[in-house]
Amino acid sequence: MMETRKPLLLSLIDTRGGIFLGLVAAATLLVPVLALMVPANSAFALPPYLVALFGKYVCYALLSIALDLVWGYCGILSLGHGAFFALGGYAMGMYLMRQIGTRGVYAHPELPDFMVFLNMKELPITWWGFQSFPYAMLMVLLIPGLLAFVFGFLAFRSRVTGVYLSIITQAMTYALLLAFFRNDMGFGGNNGLTDFKDILGFNVQAKETRVALFVASTLALGAGYLIARAVTQSKFGKVVIAIRDAESRTRFLGYRVETYKLCVFVLSAMMAGVAGALYVPQVGIINPGEFAPANSIEAVIWVAVGGRGTLVGAALGAIIVNWGKTFFTGALPEYWLFALGALFVIVTLFLPKGVIGALDQFKARRQAAKNSGAAAPTAAE
Amino acid sequence: MTSIPRPARACAIPLAGQAAKRLIETLSFAAAALSLVMLALFATPQARAQGESSVIIGLISDKFPDTERALNELPASGLPTAPQIVEALAANRLYFNGPARKLYFADEAGKMFDAATGEPADVMASALKKVRINNAVRRSLDAARGALTLMSPDPDKRKAAADSVFKSRDATALPLLEAALAKETLASTRKILEEARAAIIAGDSGASDVQRLEAIEILKSRGDQDAVSVLTTIASWSEGRVKAAADSASSVIQAKLALWRNVQNIWYGLSLGSVLLLAAIGLAITFGVMGIINMAHGEMVMLGAYTTFAVQEWARTSHPGLLNYSLFIAIPLAFLVTAAVGILIERVVIRFLYGRPLETLLATFGISLILQQAVRTIFGANNREVSAPSFMAGSFDFGSLQIGYGRMWIIVFALAVFFALQFVLRATSFGLRMRAVTQNRRMASSMGIDTNRIDALAFGLGSGIAGMAGVALSQIDNVSPNLGQSYIIDSFMVVVFGGVGNLWGTLLGALTLGVANKFLEPIAGAVLGKILLLVFIILFIQKRPRGLFALKGRAVEA
Repeated sequence: MMETRKPLLLSLIDTRGGIFLGLVAAATLLVPVLALMVPANSAFALPPYLVALFGKYVCYALLSIALDLVWGYCGILSLGHGAFFALGGYAMGMYLMRQIGTRGVYAHPELPDFMVFLNMKELPITWWGFQSFPYAMLMVLLIPGLLAFVFGFLAFRSRVTGVYLSIITQAMTYALLLAFFRNDMGFGGNNGLTDFKDILGFNVQAKETRVALFVASTLALGAGYLIARAVTQSKFGKVVIAIRDAESRTRFLGYRVETYKLCVFVLSAMMAGVAGALYVPQVGIINPGEFAPANSIEAVIWVAVGGRGTLVGAALGAIIVNWGKTFFTGALPEYWLFALGALFVIVTLFLPKGVIGALDQFKARRQAAKNSGAAAPTAAE
Repeated sequence: MTSIPRPARACAIPLAGQAAKRLIETLSFAAAALSLVMLALFATPQARAQGESSVIIGLISDKFPDTERALNELPASGLPTAPQIVEALAANRLYFNGPARKLYFADEAGKMFDAATGEPADVMASALKKVRINNAVRRSLDAARGALTLMSPDPDKRKAAADSVFKSRDATALPLLEAALAKETLASTRKILEEARAAIIAGDSGASDVQRLEAIEILKSRGDQDAVSVLTTIASWSEGRVKAAADSASSVIQAKLALWRNVQNIWYGLSLGSVLLLAAIGLAITFGVMGIINMAHGEMVMLGAYTTFAVQEWARTSHPGLLNYSLFIAIPLAFLVTAAVGILIERVVIRFLYGRPLETLLATFGISLILQQAVRTIFGANNREVSAPSFMAGSFDFGSLQIGYGRMWIIVFALAVFFALQFVLRATSFGLRMRAVTQNRRMASSMGIDTNRIDALAFGLGSGIAGMAGVALSQIDNVSPNLGQSYIIDSFMVVVFGGVGNLWGTLLGALTLGVANKFLEPIAGAVLGKILLLVFIILFIQKRPRGLFALKGRAVEA
């Protein structure tokens, strides 16, 4: 049994994936060492805020891989993946809110502060069970998954494709944005959920907890990559790619295109939900702003920068763009939107296959040049 | 005219010495005692005087019920300073000196006057206490103000006063009302005065049934929400014929009001729809006709709005005479500016992305970010003020509906743009070429149409229309770098709902969504209404993936 399984797992990992997983593993090991074991005054010591920042990048990378799965491999350009991310985040945020208990400003044993403030008398039904971590984690997967299922079921069945699908996914996240801004939704309205204290009994602000969350994020990223890789390498994945390239033809070959799309869409939404759930305790807040359509479009550009349909590229793109964002908003805040805007234009015009695609092209060209370089002298002779 | 004690004199005199002060106090006490005796003796001739004094005593007693009573008596008291007292109290500028039993009011400049005489008084506001107000007092205050201004020489003030009496239904104002009616010459004010009198009489259980029925008839003819509230209170405690008449009158009015509410919703809906139409119509060209997802469309609208702002600033600083007409300069200029920007974008970016709609979406989103930030850098992140020209200010009444000129002109403008665009597409050579390229690019090219040029011009046209929309939107929305973002999703919804490639669909889509939004708003609230509409459109797309008016035939799959 073991003998047959191991090659299967290994067969998923190509050179690029190997490098990627190696880097992820290195980060998983290195960050705890640098953050916890190296003395704080050392040049190599990692301050807690950087751990949280890197953790944020890793969550974005997972979201990016989820998006690449639907866009890069299935051709569904979702402009609403931020919604799944935010829903996962809200599920986690609700768990964290329930953990505050009597330590809130109003010290109500059951209701979070904002509910006391809004004069709510009892916990809304939507919040039931969120004091339990397993239940909350289940919801992190189920809520985005369910939304994706219902939305995808309706959209794919009636063959809403291409641009139309993009626009209605955008409308979906916009509608959720408006809905979560409402106080009577019972999710904290404008301010969202914040002031978290504990996760599983550990202080969310503590250095150790941050490191643990970072490690959880990198493990989730590695697992997400492997799952996405397994899906795309399987026979199922081949059909999905066929749908991307020629939907009608695949349908005429007898495949149920809707079912395939729906499966990929739901899986991707769940991955996005997990990314959101890991994101929230590390940044310490979740508010309706996460539903903003611009966030979802920004996630698309991560995939485009890295190279769609490569998974590794998507993760890379997320980290590059967000690192750039951190740099620009710190050093030249005026120019961040110029840089991001220019990035959108330049990538679509000059790097249609992203950084990874450009690297491949460069390699192929050098290979060709080597070959022709080897061939040319013989021709000259 | 009166022998009421006037301790103000005593107060006003600088302290010449303890003895003098004591003497004066004694004297004034004696005078007060004497006057009280005289009042008791000659009550009738002194009634007015007593009214004056009791008003002032009430106001300085520092007890709300007394203040209230004093205010109720004030209009009929004949106090010459009554209007100033009332205004001062409303503006929180009425002071009193309790021990000295003196009332003062300050004018807007802070100068103090003796409220009893109206003469300037040499006191400091800081040494005095303010007359306090609570809600009950405020009601009496409003009634007193209303009663006092019933006789004002200014017809607008009289009208407002009559209105406030109608609302307060203060029975004590009845004699004043009659007096005002006898003098009133203006028909419209007479009508309000009569209605106010009717409101009082109808609610007066002492009046005869005939009188009250007549009054209810008058209220019924008034026919607004205020009349309904008067009638329902009357019906709640009256009996017999009066109750029946009040009930039927209020239900008649309510039915009429419901009708007008619907008319109003439709009007507001059309107004919102025309805004959506303006924002979406340019998109209908670029998205609908050319198949380009232009996420920077909203920023074109924003550029148009900023052009309006710039033109207005130019007019304000160098040609003040043109200020009122700057919109007429801004409309063509906004068209040209945004069309030029649009053509530039098309030539530099979009033309390399034809046939790749999703990439266009990303590239134009990037452009939208750049344009937003550019405008923020140039004009600042704050909202900019664009003032409305005089012909767009104000409103007129249509039935019970108030129609603002601003909204009306925007509807007219939206329709004008729509039909002008239809004309361009249907009746000009450019429109013909554009439609040919839309329907079959290669065939059009074979027939000698320069498709590149047509693409650029069509994109410029769509952008230019967005710019003109920006001129109109600058009148009703904040001109800020984020202006475009608030319209982009709505615009896409309109185009997708109406059906791509069909301008009539866009018109119908915009107006339908606008009206639906306004009808949902009172039921579900503004935000929930919008969410419901978005959900509706998402579901609608499932049913008709190509919108209300879908293009049929080969062009669809191309």
